[in-house]
Amino acid sequence: MSNAASIGIDIGSTSWKGCVVDSKGRVMASRIQESDPRIKEQTARLLAELMADTGASSQVPVIATGYGRKQVEATRQVTEITCHTKGCFHQTGKPGVLIDIGGQDTKVIHIGPKGSVLDFQMNDKCAAGTGRFLEVILQRLRIPLDQVGQHISSKGEGVKVSSTCTVFAESEVVSLVAQGARVEAIARGVLEALAARVSSLAGKVPEQLPLFMSGGVALNPAMVAILAEALGRPITVLDNPQLVGAHGAALSGGG
Amino acid sequence: MMLRRMQYEFMKNAGGTFLTGLQRYQAFKKRGKRGARPPFGPPLESVERLKEIMTRYYFTGRYADGAVPVAWVTSGFPSEALVALGYHLVYPENHAALCGARRKGGKMCGAAEEFGYPRDICSYVRTDLGSLLSKKTPVGRLPKPDLLCCCTNICQTVLYWYRALAKHLDVPLVIIDTPFIYGEAPTHHLEYVRGQLDQFIEVAERIGGKKLSPEHFVDTVKKAQRASSLWGECLATGKAKPSPWSAIDSFFHIAPVVTIRGSDECVDYYQMLLNELTERARKGVGAIDNERHRLLWDNLPIWFLVRDLALATAERGFQFVCATYSNAWAEAGSQIDPSTPLDSTARTYTSVYLNRDLDNRTRSLIQLARDFDADGAVLHSDRSCKPYSVGQVDVRNRLMEEEGIRAMLLEADHNDERSFSKEQALTRLQAFMEAFDE
Ligand code: SF4
Repeated sequence: MSNAASIGIDIGSTSWKGCVVDSKGRVMASRIQESDPRIKEQTARLLAELMADTGASSQVPVIATGYGRKQVEATRQVTEITCHTKGCFHQTGKPGVLIDIGGQDTKVIHIGPKGSVLDFQMNDKCAAGTGRFLEVILQRLRIPLDQVGQHISSKGEGVKVSSTCTVFAESEVVSLVAQGARVEAIARGVLEALAARVSSLAGKVPEQLPLFMSGGVALNPAMVAILAEALGRPITVLDNPQLVGAHGAALSGGG
Repeated sequence: MMLRRMQYEFMKNAGGTFLTGLQRYQAFKKRGKRGARPPFGPPLESVERLKEIMTRYYFTGRYADGAVPVAWVTSGFPSEALVALGYHLVYPENHAALCGARRKGGKMCGAAEEFGYPRDICSYVRTDLGSLLSKKTPVGRLPKPDLLCCCTNICQTVLYWYRALAKHLDVPLVIIDTPFIYGEAPTHHLEYVRGQLDQFIEVAERIGGKKLSPEHFVDTVKKAQRASSLWGECLATGKAKPSPWSAIDSFFHIAPVVTIRGSDECVDYYQMLLNELTERARKGVGAIDNERHRLLWDNLPIWFLVRDLALATAERGFQFVCATYSNAWAEAGSQIDPSTPLDSTARTYTSVYLNRDLDNRTRSLIQLARDFDADGAVLHSDRSCKPYSVGQVDVRNRLMEEEGIRAMLLEADHNDERSFSKEQALTRLQAFMEAFDE
């Protein structure tokens, strides 16, 4: 008999994440892959792999989250906000403020002492202040996303990038390059602009609450450091930050 | 003129009923008989009568110009005198809402934009001007007005809107300017409005070619007041648990009190609706099967989204039980006192919901939430309607902090679906609802 209790899948705009948990909520197996526009096929394939890894039967509930959640057949579909909250609380066991910078949107969630969502702010109107923004602009500068830490200048040396609108910032960056600004200085400027956007979304975070971060952008230490600077507080990056949503989805299996 | 008048009367009495009956039959054939379908409770029977009234209203309108005087009026205009003078009234806002509910809002807004109206203007205005300028309307035809009547008690936008209409249609415009109220309306404000009412009646008499009979006017005021009171009683049935109808239903059933108040038909309609709702409440028949949470709605309906909203909430056992939008019509009209028709009209129309300061509005919103025992609130932040949306962040904070009522802002637009992302909005709403059960 397999120990698999439930499966969570998080279908995001940039990546597909999934995991199987046991009855204690521990991750037994997981998958993270770049998103395929053929959501259904990708989901079927990766689900089969996860089930094979863990021996989970087709009776095990599948909970879907992420923007593609309605595209697939699942036992339940739950929003990312609830899932990220559950995933975060499972790890930390305490109240706090969770920042999730995803490919398509940015969320700031206020988690209560019992692990419920007290409030949330979301930027979902445009790519401003999202992972997508970072990706587009860094591409312009020919800096790979995962190496940005090695390519930015130190604090105080960044040039000011005033716009977080992906379109305007891109042209702003182009003109900065044309004016001969250093690529490293521009990269810092871009990260600072994003951090400013996110911290304005976070608004007034109650002093006593710890800050957590999930989502793919959390894998980028330079970004986390700059964001912490902007918020004036340390940020704890959750373990396996990309998987927090899928994990939370799996944890919603019981209800 | 005589022939036109006969056509108009025919449509108003027999023809309208016949045609709407036919339309109903055709719709019925297409859909088959609809019973209760989960997650919704049995549909309201009065809906059929509502459709009949509104279809007839728009049908009759096609033959109104040339037969009777026609006025186009803002929703908050004191229209009782016009009704008493025999005017056929067109409410461009109601017409725009109808276009919006049929998901034609964006297209018509686009048409207005082609004529140079910027996208930042309210989508009712753009829908309506787009319809006028492109000569397209789902109601077939709107009668050309002899008079435009604009009251600034809902917003300042209407002032510019009606000026544009006056230019395009080349007809006279009457404006009733209602000063914004902080706290209670001072006497000199009311006198100022009252003075404008007198002048307006003179103009309406001249253009309509008839003197206003005081008895007839009082009679119309009484009927308008009665309809508004009945409307309020209908809304109040929503306090029952489960609520016999939803605030979303009320967005549609509001149409008669907006468009034909002052008539017997309007009073009869709300009496019928009230009877049905009272009976449903008595029998415990709800608008949805499993009412677990009760929500308040603030601001205009998102016309193109109402069905999705109703389904998304009903599926999870959430029900909109009250709305500041629907309530505004009960609050205002019922205060008219037929014994002092003009003075009380001035007071009533100056003190409408949108013409009062934020604190006042917030208090009445909170009272509404308490009266209906709402445990959640969805505040539609309407890109188009700034006067309604400004201050909602404060309202939200007060609801959460002082009343312990969960509240969310839902950013959308009431008529222009192009300024809106459905998936994202519904995801926010879903996340909001999920939090109730954690
Ligand atoms: S701005 Fe608001 S009150 Fe004014 S016409 Fe538009 S919807 Fe109505």
